[in-house]
Amino acid sequence: MVLVYSDDKKITFELLNKGSEIAKELGEKLTAVIIGKIDESLSQEYISYGADDVFVSETDIDTFKAEEYANYFENIIKETKSEIIIIGSNKNGKELASRLAGRLDVGCIIDCTNIYLKDNKLTSERVVYSGNAIAVEQFNSKPAIVTVPSKVFDPLPKDEKRKGEIIKKKFEIEKSASKILKVQEMKSEGVNVEDAEIIVSCGRGFKNKEDIKMIQDLADAIKGRTVGCSRPIAADLKWLSEDHWIGLSGHKVKPKLYIAAGISGQIQHIAGMRDSGIIVAINKDPEALIFKSADYGIVGDLYEVLPKLISAVKEKIG
Amino acid sequence: MNIIVCAKQVIDVSEMKVDPNTKKPILQGVPQKISDIDKNALEEAIKIKEKLGGKITVVTIGPADAKERIKELLAMGADEGVLVPPPEKFDYYVISNLLAGAIKNIGEYDIILCGEASIDMFSGQAGPRLAGLLGIPQITYAQSVNAEKDKVTADRNMGDNAVTTESSYPVLITVTKEINEPRLPSLMQILGAANKPINELSAESLESGLTSKVEMLELKGVSMERKNIVYKNDIDESISKLVDSLAKEGVLR
Repeated sequence: MVLVYSDDKKITFELLNKGSEIAKELGEKLTAVIIGKIDESLSQEYISYGADDVFVSETDIDTFKAEEYANYFENIIKETKSEIIIIGSNKNGKELASRLAGRLDVGCIIDCTNIYLKDNKLTSERVVYSGNAIAVEQFNSKPAIVTVPSKVFDPLPKDEKRKGEIIKKKFEIEKSASKILKVQEMKSEGVNVEDAEIIVSCGRGFKNKEDIKMIQDLADAIKGRTVGCSRPIAADLKWLSEDHWIGLSGHKVKPKLYIAAGISGQIQHIAGMRDSGIIVAINKDPEALIFKSADYGIVGDLYEVLPKLISAVKEKIG
Repeated sequence: MNIIVCAKQVIDVSEMKVDPNTKKPILQGVPQKISDIDKNALEEAIKIKEKLGGKITVVTIGPADAKERIKELLAMGADEGVLVPPPEKFDYYVISNLLAGAIKNIGEYDIILCGEASIDMFSGQAGPRLAGLLGIPQITYAQSVNAEKDKVTADRNMGDNAVTTESSYPVLITVTKEINEPRLPSLMQILGAANKPINELSAESLESGLTSKVEMLELKGVSMERKNIVYKNDIDESISKLVDSLAKEGVLR
């Protein structure tokens, strides 16, 4: 059996598409996993998006702890005799998959950007060395655990006529010695850089928090409206919330146009935006790394360039 | 407090070159360093030791030349190092079993600290995988840690949520880069580190016959071809050229 799981149902929908392809090729069933209360409508949704059946591991536990979830999965894998486990690659998913791999002492690959069967063995691709290479890896043992980030695969069109079985099971698991004391929604400005078509980003070249308004003005002028930033702005200075952060540990984006102002172009930042359509860099240092990754660049002080660029863009597109 | 820090030697990715013909990364001759976030893990360990006392052991699974890197960690404040060269072919299964073997060899421990991920592979698998293998609780993505005598609390960045988790000992904690600023050792500390022990163990002595469950088939290059048109003279002229180019590209509407 092929298992698919994420606590983010949008990722589960996407994984079900690829999962069903692999399950068909192996002549096996594709099962979506739910850990929590029985949810008929969510189960039906998973079936509509390609699951052959849904395995509900019933529990009253409502906070996520990797220790306990991994324990549920050990039971589910044993019960269903599953050999391929595909987990959504958000932070919960990654620590769950890794711990589960340790519990079962099996192979695991995190953040796959593609998975397929080659010689009947699960094979994956993932980005390594800060985006400079792709590692093609293959499992020579089972079960095989992989995690796949959101938006790697598209979901299948929803087919409400699809039928499938809902399997319910309660497992006794060992409670973790850790305690969740508080869960608080991250401070967010409601920005979704991952879906943006045009992004204007700022970096350490900005001297004051107030100056970031220039980036917003340029974003507005260019009708992009989405502001991004490099690590120091979100993580160290906290001038913008983390939903603006683009880079290896921030968000990965692929807009049609990416403008980087005052960003030096550290490899960790490049890894987050290298798939953009057109990349524009503005930096006063002609040697800045960012120019190597840019289609167009202007060498100049952003405090002089940005106001002029804003008026020039307004003039051009009105 | 017995603290273990797992540290990995990695290539300095910012110094990595790509072969212009094959587009494959050139890994030979690239300078090596300790993965940045593992230094944050050590810094946190030192802070805990300063508060509660104890001993810090650094464990590295890596080639013999990683000994030089371990010396840097001893200079920062670790008390002892353990170095285990891995077999020729390895994956996370092999590495985590060697880490677990080395840790069992060390004996009693309260906290294991790891970076959230290594900067070369950026999987973040080793930490939680090791916790699973050892059967101890895990606290991942810690942005601040408060260790007390019989429990530890950490604030964690879980993406959409900020989660505060508490655990008794033993526990494995992975830290983010934001948690602290790793200290630079003084000259005295660098000289002093020469007298601190580094215990070299063979992989076979810890766990014999480990073979990878995942095999690397190929390391493919990624082509990053950009136009690299840079305007560097008159600013007004540069801007007008840029705006024209963007209009031609169809990204200004």
